[in-house]
Amino acid sequence: MREWLLSDSPASRRQARLGRLYAGWLTFRENTLAMVGLGILVALLLCAALAPWIAPHDPYAQDLAMRLKPLGTPGHLLGTDSLGRDILSRLIFGSRITLYIVTLVALIAPVAGLLVGTVAGYAGGAWDAVLMRITDIFLAFPRLVLALAFVAALGAGIENAVLAISLTAWPPYARLARAETLTIRNSDFISAIRLQGAGPVQIITQHIWPLCLSSLIVRVTLDMAGIILAAAGLGFLGLGAQPPSPEWGAMISEGRRFILDHWWVATVPGLAIFTVSLAFNLLGDGLRDVLDPKTGGSQ
Amino acid sequence: MPRTATTGGRLPAPLAGFLGRALATAGSLAVTVLGLLFVTFIIGRVMPIDPVLAVVGERGSPEVYAAAREALGLDEPLPVQFWYYLREVAQGDFGTSLLTARPVVDDIARVFPATLELATLGVLIGVLFGVPLGVLAAINRGRWIDQVARLVALVGYSMPIFWLGLIGLLVFYGILGWVGGPGRLDVFYDGLVPSVTGMILVDSALAGDWMVFGNALSHIILPASLLGYFSLAYISRMTRSFMLEALSAEYITTARVKGMSEWRVVWVHAFRNIRVQLLTVIVLSYANLLEGSVLTEIIFSWPGIGFYITNALLAADMNAVLGGTVVVGTIFIILNMLSDLLYKVFDPRAR
Repeated sequence: MREWLLSDSPASRRQARLGRLYAGWLTFRENTLAMVGLGILVALLLCAALAPWIAPHDPYAQDLAMRLKPLGTPGHLLGTDSLGRDILSRLIFGSRITLYIVTLVALIAPVAGLLVGTVAGYAGGAWDAVLMRITDIFLAFPRLVLALAFVAALGAGIENAVLAISLTAWPPYARLARAETLTIRNSDFISAIRLQGAGPVQIITQHIWPLCLSSLIVRVTLDMAGIILAAAGLGFLGLGAQPPSPEWGAMISEGRRFILDHWWVATVPGLAIFTVSLAFNLLGDGLRDVLDPKTGGSQ
Repeated sequence: MPRTATTGGRLPAPLAGFLGRALATAGSLAVTVLGLLFVTFIIGRVMPIDPVLAVVGERGSPEVYAAAREALGLDEPLPVQFWYYLREVAQGDFGTSLLTARPVVDDIARVFPATLELATLGVLIGVLFGVPLGVLAAINRGRWIDQVARLVALVGYSMPIFWLGLIGLLVFYGILGWVGGPGRLDVFYDGLVPSVTGMILVDSALAGDWMVFGNALSHIILPASLLGYFSLAYISRMTRSFMLEALSAEYITTARVKGMSEWRVVWVHAFRNIRVQLLTVIVLSYANLLEGSVLTEIIFSWPGIGFYITNALLAADMNAVLGGTVVVGTIFIILNMLSDLLYKVFDPRAR
């Protein structure tokens, strides 16, 4: 199998593609930190998928007799919050919300950026000038403050927080996609396809988009940590997920009142946010080394 | 440059270059700020609160409603309304805050120095520690100090700032009692020094009141260090990569071959050549801190612009939110462009 994958003369396109993936994986695997990041994220995915089965308690079940119990209380490994809810169970269910937000933003922002960037890069001329001007304007905005203003206008809630973060996150992807498009646009194979009668839509969607993907994916992975921190920040301010939702930022906000006497209520969800965004940063660094050898991670 | 050539006397090249670039930048600055105003205008339009109802009340007759709508200019087409909005903003009129019942501009003028003080001290701390850390990491590439620097930056990139603030408050204020708590001053020091700049550290130093200065310092040091840490993460990484590039240049090898001391090679030759790049990075992180202080201000009840915007937001005080957004956004844009301009003007390689 290994021989087949690493063969110097692949017999089919599929073999070549799988072989390249496998070679990338071999490089990636040597990066211990990136593997740690991947491990944490896999664990997070499992947590989210299996939440109802692994959580010891109902994340919403209140038990006022058991409120503000410290770490290590029997039955409540990570203690309980001010309403006696089990913090561990809330963390486990909160991972679903985190993944939901990150996935949505990671779908919306890069796709919007990809659209804008490739159209600008391929069409050139006035289209390019106008679209890139708009991108630059958005790029120069303060992201958090603008997201705050968006949420203020749209109303608090997860979906609006996602929208607000996406609206401020797409410009870097547009620039990246445009730069890639400009290098691809004038290559011989694109001319060949055009001579065969392919229209601009077909060229962009079938030939340019796939080639932009790898750099976009790296960029998305590196941005994930920022997205998680932004979402948690909005949640903390009471503008993202609403109580009693076990969103991690909102949990910190709830625990804030008790920070001096019952430190774990706010500390534990913060550690979860930190761990996950650290994992994304580690993974992103590793992926960059594999997919984009031009800018080595040590630089 | 032809613009300056016609005036007769030759200007020094960097200055002439600066003027030319400055004009181009001013143009793009105007467009970007216009874009920002357009976005805030649209945000103000999509909000679900009807501004006419706020004026006439729910029991106003349809005629009164229509009259108020006309008086507010809401019956005009959107471009006309946008024009009105621009005119108001150009006159420094952001409307009246619902929360404080005062003009938003006055409110912002009052809270802004607090943010400026915090962000300035933050970026100073970031530069003071970040630059040496970056240089050390570059000199010792691959050794333990480089790994430590990398870890410090990585943790900085991954840490929720508001959470670290809470932990800092818990440890240094709650448990150790080393620093002052939330707010800018203890209550009994409030109002002791006349407000000149609005920055308490500066005001108390001017008044020679070192008791107040000390108290203010004990309050600002924790949030400022926190912000400083976040800019340190960015500044040290950038310093490292600039230094690595500079140290790999051939003139550095020549200097080493000449037998120059390592200290001179690093600080006199290599570091001198990254000053401009570094300055642009510092200006950028300053802009980020002005914005990033929002969450920190909440944690430390720091009465700055982030605190103001957030409180206004929770009270649905849209005038204050949008006014604050425009002010923060404009400063952010200006600093961004300044950083760009500095690089283009003072670094010959970018010309």
